[in-house]
Amino acid sequence: MEELVNLFHGFAVALQPYNIMLMVIGIVLGVIIGVLPGLGGANGVAILLPLTFSMSPTSAIIMLSCIYWGALFGGAITSILFNIPGEPWSVATTFDGYPMAQQGKAGEALTAAFTSSFVGALFAVVMITLVAPLVASFALQFGPAEKFAVYFLAFCSFVGLSKEPPFKTIAAMMIGFALAAVGLDSITGQLRLTFGVTHLLNGFDFLIAVIGLFGIGEILLTMEEGLAFRGGKAKINLRVVLQTWKELPKYWMTSLRSCFIGCWMGITPAGATPASFMSYGIAKRMAKNGKNFGKGEIEGVVAPETAAHAAGTAALLPMLSLGVPGSPTAAVLLGGLLIWGLQPGPMLFVEQKEFVWGLIASMYLGNIVGLLVVLTCVPIFAAILRVPFSIIAPLILVLCAIGAYSVHSSTFDVMLMLVFGVIGYLLKKCNYPLAPLVLAIVLGDKAEEAFRQSLLGSQGSFGIFLSNPLVSTIMILGLIALFWSVIQEGYTRLRATVAGPGSRAA
Amino acid sequence: MRRSTHLALGTIAALCTGGVAVPATAAWEPVRPVEFIVPAGTGGGADQMARTIQGIVTKHSLMKQPLVVINKSGGAGGEGFLDVKGSGGNPHKIIITLSNLFTTPLATGIPFSWKDLTPVAMLALDEFVLWVNADKPYKTAKEYIDAVKAAPAGSIKMGGTGSKQEDQIITVAVEKAVGTKFTYIPYKGGGEVAVQLVGNHVDSTVNNPIEAVAQWRGGKLRPLCVFDAKPMAYDEPIADGKAWKDVPTCKSAGLDMEYLMLRGIFMAPRATKDQVEYYVELFKKIRATPEWQDFMKSGAFNTTFLTGAEYAKWVEAEDKRHQALMKEAGFLAPSN
Repeated sequence: MEELVNLFHGFAVALQPYNIMLMVIGIVLGVIIGVLPGLGGANGVAILLPLTFSMSPTSAIIMLSCIYWGALFGGAITSILFNIPGEPWSVATTFDGYPMAQQGKAGEALTAAFTSSFVGALFAVVMITLVAPLVASFALQFGPAEKFAVYFLAFCSFVGLSKEPPFKTIAAMMIGFALAAVGLDSITGQLRLTFGVTHLLNGFDFLIAVIGLFGIGEILLTMEEGLAFRGGKAKINLRVVLQTWKELPKYWMTSLRSCFIGCWMGITPAGATPASFMSYGIAKRMAKNGKNFGKGEIEGVVAPETAAHAAGTAALLPMLSLGVPGSPTAAVLLGGLLIWGLQPGPMLFVEQKEFVWGLIASMYLGNIVGLLVVLTCVPIFAAILRVPFSIIAPLILVLCAIGAYSVHSSTFDVMLMLVFGVIGYLLKKCNYPLAPLVLAIVLGDKAEEAFRQSLLGSQGSFGIFLSNPLVSTIMILGLIALFWSVIQEGYTRLRATVAGPGSRAA
Repeated sequence: MRRSTHLALGTIAALCTGGVAVPATAAWEPVRPVEFIVPAGTGGGADQMARTIQGIVTKHSLMKQPLVVINKSGGAGGEGFLDVKGSGGNPHKIIITLSNLFTTPLATGIPFSWKDLTPVAMLALDEFVLWVNADKPYKTAKEYIDAVKAAPAGSIKMGGTGSKQEDQIITVAVEKAVGTKFTYIPYKGGGEVAVQLVGNHVDSTVNNPIEAVAQWRGGKLRPLCVFDAKPMAYDEPIADGKAWKDVPTCKSAGLDMEYLMLRGIFMAPRATKDQVEYYVELFKKIRATPEWQDFMKSGAFNTTFLTGAEYAKWVEAEDKRHQALMKEAGFLAPSN
């Protein structure tokens, strides 16, 4: 009860006209940041952090978290329109979102993405409101072994549930792991695979790889296929929003499942990226028309977007109650908290009630404001596809170059992006899936780190991965996901044998 | 349309970090935006300090040109240091350092040294505290040491930030003083280390005060001793009526190890006296602001401020000491 009173007090704070104005500004800036690939939420929030030093902490966090929501929404736009994910967790959105845009259904895809984002985030906020204290203690149970188990599950659900030939999936994933290994080995503190090249010290940044593989690769493909966008006939009025809304409730099961996956992954330190991949992989297997995933299925947009936003929102909770950021953006927000004299940690909820509940209230309102802002812009975004390819392609190239450059302010990264573009083109031509490669670049070094930390702690014994109910459960789920097709086939055969040959005719 | 929105964003950011001019006392002044390099990731201790400084400069309009924070964390910060080393004669680039100024070239062989840079000022020193989970029975450093001695070698897990960096150097020193072996587990960030200790995934840590203070206040962690020559100066109670001041030195508990981490500013090579003087004056003004003092208090920093020859002397001594410590611990890269 006390929580509800606090929440309503929070609403009162967040609903002050000044704060609502900050919310709208924050969302708009966030969407812009999200649209620019490479700029990303973390850089965006960092650039705008100084703006907020003259505000009260509550107003400042409302604005900054709205930038965060805006960036989450904005990431979907370029993924769907141009196959360029602006954020790691938007990669899975491209799988079906981009084919939809090519079929002239950009408006539908955008509406589905924005609405799903909203649903996922709302679900996570409700969860935060209700079970905040429980969640914090659950997050504490995650040591290195548990973290590795979560990454393991993410990888397995992708290999096992993928319909691509498993060997091509694994080959692509291995290239990703090799790329992820470049740079500093965080366990021994030594450099790996840098060959004395200064530019490789930082390893291969995920964003540069993705902008190249997807963005540049796509432009090369389009050039080969005749220099035209295929999404030109997209409907550009607001009615498309309502029509899509009519269709969306059909996918409530996918939505709900994605909400749970997202919240769960967000509370564990794994975060939004594996959540979106896992949710997509599972939806592909469970959905009635799973076979059409990857060809422009609206459900394939709903699943990753819902999970990513549920995770992104749920990740803010460990940040506030434990002081551990769940994402780079959260890390910058955390720095902001300290500058305003607030100490994230177990006492924040006790000592800074107004701040915490103001923030939670702004999560509700920020998401509603965000949804309204982006939905009204759907026709504008969809109309971009009507611009002739010869005009838009150079713009995309410039956008990609700016994005790649702004990751580390380095021109080397721009070259690297172009190289990745050629690689992406070749891989697509040879029918290798890009997603496992990207997943491995994003999570490879984290999974490796957690694995080696676990073994250090257990003095080299693999028993640590089955040492308690939590880690064992996740590992076993991972193994089931990995061998899912084999299990399913075995089950079908078993049933056939039990039922006997007579029933087969029926 | 895209491009114009990006420009608009850039303009807003530039306008807001630019601020209003204040007459400067030094003869030289920046004529374009100053890059403030952080050789570490976003959200870490050095990054927080750099962004606090950026905030103070903006709020009090201490510079005519914007100060732009840029993270260059690759190769344990080597990326950032090489960038500044390669920007000789460019006075519009400064870097904030942590102990990786000494440890990174030694552990990785990345070719730079503090001698390649121009020292500006020491802003503060970060303390290191020995922490355990509050549920553990040991209340003092001595009880902890006795427990460590009684346990089989390697069974006690020490968590820390990074590999072959300050946390592991201290761990090795504690091992030597106690006469046992820990299992050292490296993590990416200090906040993560503190939470791993709260969750009992490691047995002790040597977190900086700012990384673990929230958990101390929440009654989850207990500070045992500080790796400094004298107790910390801050007497405001934090938890259970205890203040930073009440945390005894590790030396008094029989752990003869002192370690403080540099939070200092360097410039690119070949900076002129006027240029160094400008930044020294700037940081003097920053140190005088109430925001800076609050920040120092929240992280229980040692607020020693050094400039010029004194600063260079301190850095040189610390460099020698790191070479000895790293060599002893077997942390040197093969090429060194």
